[in-house]
Amino acid sequence: MNSGNSRPLIEVEDLGKTYSMGHIEVPALRGVSFDIQRAESVAIMGHSGSGKSTLMNLLGCLDTPTVGKYTLNGEDVSSLGEDELAVARNRLIGFVFQSFNLLPRMSALEQVELPLMYAKSNNRQQLAKEALELVGLGDRMRHSSVELSGGQQQRVAIARALVNKPSLLLADEPTGNLDTTTTNEIMNLLHDLNSQTNVTLIMVTHEDDVASRCKRVIEMRDGRITKDIAQLQP
Amino acid sequence: MRTLDAVRVALRALAVNKLRTALTLLGMVIGVAAVITLMGLGAGVQASVEEQIRTTGTNLLFITPGSEEQARGQIKDLGSNTPTLTLEDSEAISSLESPEITGVSTSQTAWVSLIGPTGSAIKTQVLGVTASYFDVRSYSVSVGREFSPQEMRAASRQIALGSGIAEQLFPMGQALGQKVRLNSHPFTVIAIMEETGTSGWQNRDNSALVPIKTMQTRIRPNQTIRGGNLVDAITVRIVDENETTIAKVKDDIGTLLRGRHRVENNDFDILAQQEFIEAIGEVTKTISIFLGAVAGISLLVGGIGIMNIMLVAVTERTREIGIRKAIGARRRDILWQFMIESITVSLGGGLLGVGLGALGTFAGSGIGGGEPSSQGGPPFSSLSLQLNIEPVMLALGISASIGLIFGIYPAARASRLNPIEALRHE
Repeated sequence: MNSGNSRPLIEVEDLGKTYSMGHIEVPALRGVSFDIQRAESVAIMGHSGSGKSTLMNLLGCLDTPTVGKYTLNGEDVSSLGEDELAVARNRLIGFVFQSFNLLPRMSALEQVELPLMYAKSNNRQQLAKEALELVGLGDRMRHSSVELSGGQQQRVAIARALVNKPSLLLADEPTGNLDTTTTNEIMNLLHDLNSQTNVTLIMVTHEDDVASRCKRVIEMRDGRITKDIAQLQP
Repeated sequence: MRTLDAVRVALRALAVNKLRTALTLLGMVIGVAAVITLMGLGAGVQASVEEQIRTTGTNLLFITPGSEEQARGQIKDLGSNTPTLTLEDSEAISSLESPEITGVSTSQTAWVSLIGPTGSAIKTQVLGVTASYFDVRSYSVSVGREFSPQEMRAASRQIALGSGIAEQLFPMGQALGQKVRLNSHPFTVIAIMEETGTSGWQNRDNSALVPIKTMQTRIRPNQTIRGGNLVDAITVRIVDENETTIAKVKDDIGTLLRGRHRVENNDFDILAQQEFIEAIGEVTKTISIFLGAVAGISLLVGGIGIMNIMLVAVTERTREIGIRKAIGARRRDILWQFMIESITVSLGGGLLGVGLGALGTFAGSGIGGGEPSSQGGPPFSSLSLQLNIEPVMLALGISASIGLIFGIYPAARASRLNPIEALRHE
């Protein structure tokens, strides 16, 4: 974290990923390069098969690239082992999924405590409470996921993603399962968090109006970046 | 992840599927309880057999007519199958005056019918004994007296009753001085023997004693062609049960008897009580191990049950594993989560099984306990199962290891799941 704030949070150099299915090599990502600055908000768009999910998995340290270099927070993570990647995910990255991905039979508070448990943090309950209050669920902490609406569940997931105070928030179609009103609420929340806590926000989306709220839009096709536009905020 | 957190997560997962956990646990409970109870049974049999043999003393040698070689038919001398052990042989052993020999007693057995004052007949075993029998075989008179030397010489019609026989013939008591009919000869009861219970291979309480001369002249006359009085057994008491003492006395007696019988090979057998105990100990130990092994199979089945259910759990919770990995769980965190689950089930089952096994052991000790029946009950009528600490520790150790061994494969499988694929799993 002390690697200097002048450096971009994310530096991607000629990053590529090829899956081998039997004898056939399937290139999913054909060498992309870009930097993402701290506190930026980036939307990644593209059709299915464009390589955006592969890119998200690589950026999220869930997978390792076949070629190229990925530097996150000043550290080359493309060569890290599985456990080191797990630690990086725990400390530096928060995930928000389309299907929320909360664990069953757990209260909101316990969900949010989980990353702290794997980080062996002290004072877990207090930190989890603060994170839930930050997403506006201070009054729903004891509720389990089945007792919460879709929007509330996504808020729990966002609290869980933020509780370890990561540098990067990765959201994979975070509003894909939500109605328009709730979509707006969640987008407002994500952008508020982005501007207030300076967490870098990268989201995958199909919706233009969701993408339009980000400062930068990256479009992908066939494993390559076709457009990378910084846009003016409305 | 901290260990305490891991335990909490595991317990929670187990609590979700209560029935499933309980059934898996039951497999372990039954396995461990079976090991504890069956090993307790083995130890109990061993202890009670040894105890019963020890009551007659361990420093004894038994000489019986006919040798092992003869029994196998390896010696084909003319008339070699004729019994040759005589009362005179036992007197010769006494007159060896060997310092290792502290007593010699002789007995001859016959099956007779005894009729008491009530008129009911009992078929039983009567032993004609020498005066030294009481001392050498540690069998003492409870009420009355031993045979006097005159009575021994005169082949008098006097009888000492085992406690069981006395009770059957004289249910009202007062047996002393009364008459019983032995094969229709009247005999006077001069003694009631102490109660000894089952002793190794015979129940002395259900037999009666008469002077050996009475046996040989009035009940079962049985002489060799040279006029010797045949006997069934000679018992020699020796100073100690050292191997060297046993070997020396065996050698001395063997030489003496072969000379007396004018044979080259033994036509008799000498068996030390100590050897008998050791042989029995070997047998019961084998039985114990065998019983434990049989019970061990059910433990193995319990372990397979754990493995089976853990594999199901890993498949069911693939997505959960993916989520946990995405938010920072390392391989070993997932590994431990599932290992602790399986060890908790196996060790919990082990603890409950030890409890159940202990109950079974105590219940088993109750069976047939109390007074051995005077009818000559089963040979181990007062068998007590033994609950030892070793099988308990062994069972707990084994059940923990079973959780470890059968849990490691499912847990390793869970820990190696690819987070991306696991997250996609429905």
